[in-house]
Amino acid sequence: MSGQALVSASAAVATEAPPARPAPPGIDIVFTVNGKRVEATLDPRATLLDTLRETLDLTGTKKGCDHGQCGACTVHVNGRRVNACLSFAVMHDGDTITTIEGLGTPEHLHPMQAAFVAQDGYQCGYCTPGQIMSAAALLSEPCGPANADVAELMSGNICRCGAYQNIVAAVQSVRQRG
Amino acid sequence: MNFFSFSRAASVADALRDAGAGAKFVAGGTTLVDLMKLDVETPAVVIDINRLPLAEVGPAPEGGLRIGALARNSDVAHHPAVVRDYPVLAEALLSGASAQLRNMATTGGNLVQRTRCVYFRDTASACNKRVPGSGCAAIGGYNRNLAIVGTSEHCIASHPSDQNVALTALEATVQITGARGDRSVPIGEFYLLPGDTPERETVLEPGEMITSVTLPPPAPGARSTYLKLRDRASYEFALASAAVVATVTNGTLERVRIAMGGIGTKPWRNRDAELALEGKRVSAERFAAAAQIILSGVKPQPGNAFKVELGKRCLVHALKLVTAEA
Repeated sequence: MSGQALVSASAAVATEAPPARPAPPGIDIVFTVNGKRVEATLDPRATLLDTLRETLDLTGTKKGCDHGQCGACTVHVNGRRVNACLSFAVMHDGDTITTIEGLGTPEHLHPMQAAFVAQDGYQCGYCTPGQIMSAAALLSEPCGPANADVAELMSGNICRCGAYQNIVAAVQSVRQRG
Repeated sequence: MNFFSFSRAASVADALRDAGAGAKFVAGGTTLVDLMKLDVETPAVVIDINRLPLAEVGPAPEGGLRIGALARNSDVAHHPAVVRDYPVLAEALLSGASAQLRNMATTGGNLVQRTRCVYFRDTASACNKRVPGSGCAAIGGYNRNLAIVGTSEHCIASHPSDQNVALTALEATVQITGARGDRSVPIGEFYLLPGDTPERETVLEPGEMITSVTLPPPAPGARSTYLKLRDRASYEFALASAAVVATVTNGTLERVRIAMGGIGTKPWRNRDAELALEGKRVSAERFAAAAQIILSGVKPQPGNAFKVELGKRCLVHALKLVTAEA
């Protein structure tokens, strides 16, 4: 399909643009990110994902689809895994956020990080921070013992390289260690 | 994304004061933020209601269970009372979305979840739901995932939720508050057919807020199941689904409640199909006849005509699962 055809098709059904709205004031927020208190004044349109990456320079959290379909942006909010792309940062006043940078350090890996290394739970690595944040949260959620149970609860994290078998193995190795 | 003004509501009264046409409440954000990025939703005002005390799940004053509008889908799915008394709701919730999304999405937000029709989500396409009067690109277009019952010549968008299918089979009631007071709406009357106003999906008026959902006391001895058929095994919307809640005594169906998802413009319930089963012996022929009642005379598109047979088989299989001897 040519780009030209798409452009003209769009123009044919485009409706009149609504009058531009004035920029609203920034919104103050205080929250805790990886153990540190953060105060910021943010454009209300900024997602938690973009705020982490662009404002706080925490680029470990990845942007994949930006629509809650791939899981690359998974972080913990108050201990629970969420898609950081689908909430506005200003909705998180008072919340405690943990990103991959706050889960472990190169010297002291979180057990799930170590397990992904040991089980080779990645290929290109782009989805890996989201996979690990998801998997780390799964440890404290109701989950059956089978590989299929893990796969079901990890289905919100897509891996284009197809490292799924090793990802499940990594999660199971941490769960079996208790 | 368009500019909008943002406020954090400290109380329900606070939220209602800022609400009205052009304003949206945001809770989990999983539908609203997604659609705002696409410029499909363009509210001038966004009111964050996450701090309101509406997340509780507990006994309803009139019996049954009351689920706060802000209760997260994951919390409802694992709540002991839901698991014990309303397992069809737990199954439906856990069959939907992903673990991350279920941690965000709320009971109230799920009730007003928007369709996954690709033309609704694309501002370059004609869509009567998004821009009334602009036409429907789905009719004659890509409509594999769209509705075959409850459709109109103006809209064939399918209702996407699993939760709401279970709530329909459970005969839930939706509690609503607004500037003109409180009201309760049975879920069977909450959703509107598209007709010639597909932009109106529910009876909610601008500025009104869902505060809770109540479930009647569970029918004694009822068995249930939620069966969901889709293009992949997880993290996908239903092509057809069935929530069945039934009481069976000595091989006779006594009380039957059926709701179907994936096939309709709203969670689909047809009392005639239930009546065709109630008081009758369990039999595969009767199950097929009930499915026929729901899916006879439907008007599918070429792209989703397979759903007529899929829907029938879905319901028949769900009825077999529910009536199988333990």
